[in-house]
Amino acid sequence: MKWRSSCSIEMIKARADLYSQIRAFFQDRNVLEVETPLLSIASATDPQLESVMATLKPGFGELGKPYYLNTSPEFPMKRLLASGSGAIYQIVKTFRNGETSKRHNPEFSMLEWYRPDFSLTMLMGELEQLLTLVLGPIVTKKLSYQDAFLKYLSFDPFEINEESLAEKAITLAGYEGERLSRDDYLNLLLGVCIEPLLGLDHEGSIVPVFLYDYPPSQASLAKIGVNLNGHKVAKRFELYIRGIELANAYDELTNAVEQESRFTEDNKAREKQGLDCIVHDKHLIDALAHGLPECSGIALGLDRLLMIQQRAQSIDDVLSFPIDRA
Amino acid sequence: MASHSTSEFRSGLKVMLDGDPCLILENESVKPGKGQAFNRVRLRNLNTGRVWDRTFKSGESVEGADVMEYDMEYLYTDGEFWHFMMTDGSFEQHAADEKALGESVKWLKEQERYVVTLYNGAPLSVAAPNFVELEVVETDPGLKGDTAQGGSKPATFTTGATINVPLFINIGEVLRIDTRTGEYVSRAKS
Repeated sequence: MKWRSSCSIEMIKARADLYSQIRAFFQDRNVLEVETPLLSIASATDPQLESVMATLKPGFGELGKPYYLNTSPEFPMKRLLASGSGAIYQIVKTFRNGETSKRHNPEFSMLEWYRPDFSLTMLMGELEQLLTLVLGPIVTKKLSYQDAFLKYLSFDPFEINEESLAEKAITLAGYEGERLSRDDYLNLLLGVCIEPLLGLDHEGSIVPVFLYDYPPSQASLAKIGVNLNGHKVAKRFELYIRGIELANAYDELTNAVEQESRFTEDNKAREKQGLDCIVHDKHLIDALAHGLPECSGIALGLDRLLMIQQRAQSIDDVLSFPIDRA
Repeated sequence: MASHSTSEFRSGLKVMLDGDPCLILENESVKPGKGQAFNRVRLRNLNTGRVWDRTFKSGESVEGADVMEYDMEYLYTDGEFWHFMMTDGSFEQHAADEKALGESVKWLKEQERYVVTLYNGAPLSVAAPNFVELEVVETDPGLKGDTAQGGSKPATFTTGATINVPLFINIGEVLRIDTRTGEYVSRAKS
C-alpha cells in the first residue's frame, strides 16, 4: 500500500489550514512572502549538515555541474534583506542528507522569517503570538543554556573541564564511544538528557521553552555577545515543545569578514573529519559587505509544528509521502 | 559476524556489547539542527537480562552477535543439564545449564516445545510457551462442590513448582498455567 499517503486526508487539510493561518499572520504584520532558489552552487558549510546534490546541465545533453539543494533558505533570504526587501518570510522545502527518524525526513518544510531591527526578545514575542494563533493558549518559559545544564544535570557547561565532561557522557548518557569535542559532548548531553524534558505540558497547558545564550563556539550564523554573568555567549535561541526542537533563531551576524572566517573554519573542521569541503556562498559575503540590516531571523520546522498541533507521534503521520514512499 | 552501523539499528537486531550478546529493543536518532547526530539505544543484555540505555555516535559500528532462536523439544535432565532436541528434523541435541534455564525450569514438561536461544551454538536462554499443562502431585484434599467460591490453596506440580489454585482441585489433576504470570488458568481439557 506504499502508493497511498501515509497521513490521513484530515492531516493534509490541517496542514493547509496551518499554512493559511501563517500567511494571514504575516500579512497582518506587513511581512512579505518571498521565494528563493532551492538549487545553489553554494551551501551550508556546517560540518553537521550534509547537503543533497543535484546535477545541472547548462544546455541539453551537455556536461553536468553539481548544485546543492538548500539545507535552509538563509543565504538567499539574507541577500534579499541586503537588497532592501525589509521584513520577509518564506514557507519552503529544505533538504538534509542522512536525516531520517521519527522527527526527521530528508526533505522537510520550513518556515523562515527575518525581522530587521528586531532583538531576539522581540522575535521571541512574535513567535509566541504565532504559536498562540496555531496552538491556542500557551505559557512560555525562558531558560538559559547554562541554567538548563545547572537545573537538569547540576553542572556549569561554561566551567566544566573536558575530563569531567567525558565522565558525564558515560554516566548520564551511556556514551562509551570515541573521544568527542567539547561541543559534541555538550550536544550529546543536551540531546539525550535535557531536551526530552524541555517544554513538557503542565496541567493541560502547552509550555514552550526558549533555550537561549549558547556557548560562543556554537554561534553558527549568530552574533556573539556577553551575558549578565560576563560569559561570552552566542546570541541565539531554540524553542522546545514536548521535547521537540521546533525553532532556531539568531541575532544575525552582519560582519562579512567574521562570516567568511567562520565558513573557512567550518571547512577546516570538515577536512579534519574527512568530509567534503563545501563551496561557501560568496554572494552572501558580498551581500554582508554591502550591508545586511541589523536583524533577527528564525527557522521553524513546519512538519514538527503540525505534529505538535495534531499530537502526532511520528513525522510520517503528518507527511503525505515520507521518503520511503517518495 | 558482520558488524552493524548505527543506520542498521532497529529493534530485534542482536549485537555484541562489552562482551555480551544484546538485543536492541528501541533505537532513536538524536539529531539536533546544529550538532553531531547520535543514536539513543535501549538494549537487553541477553546474558544477564539487564536493560541498558546506551548512546552511540551515528556512523559508529558494533559487532553482530551470533544469537539465534530455535524451537526445541524438552527431552530429559541428567541433574546437571537439561537436554533439548531441535524440531527441524535434524534431531540435533543441546544441553542447557541451570542459568540458561532460569525460571523456565518450573514449567518443563517432556515432549513440550520451548524456544531455545543459542549463542555461539550453546543455549543462552530457554523460554517456556505461554501456557503449559502440568499434573498436581501435592495439595490439600479438594472441597467437593466448592467450584464458585473464591479462596485458594497451594498446589505443587511434577516440576516442583508451587502455585495457588482453587480449593476444588485434587491431586492427579492436570492444570493449565500461564507461565508469564505463574497463575492458574483452568483445568486441562482431557
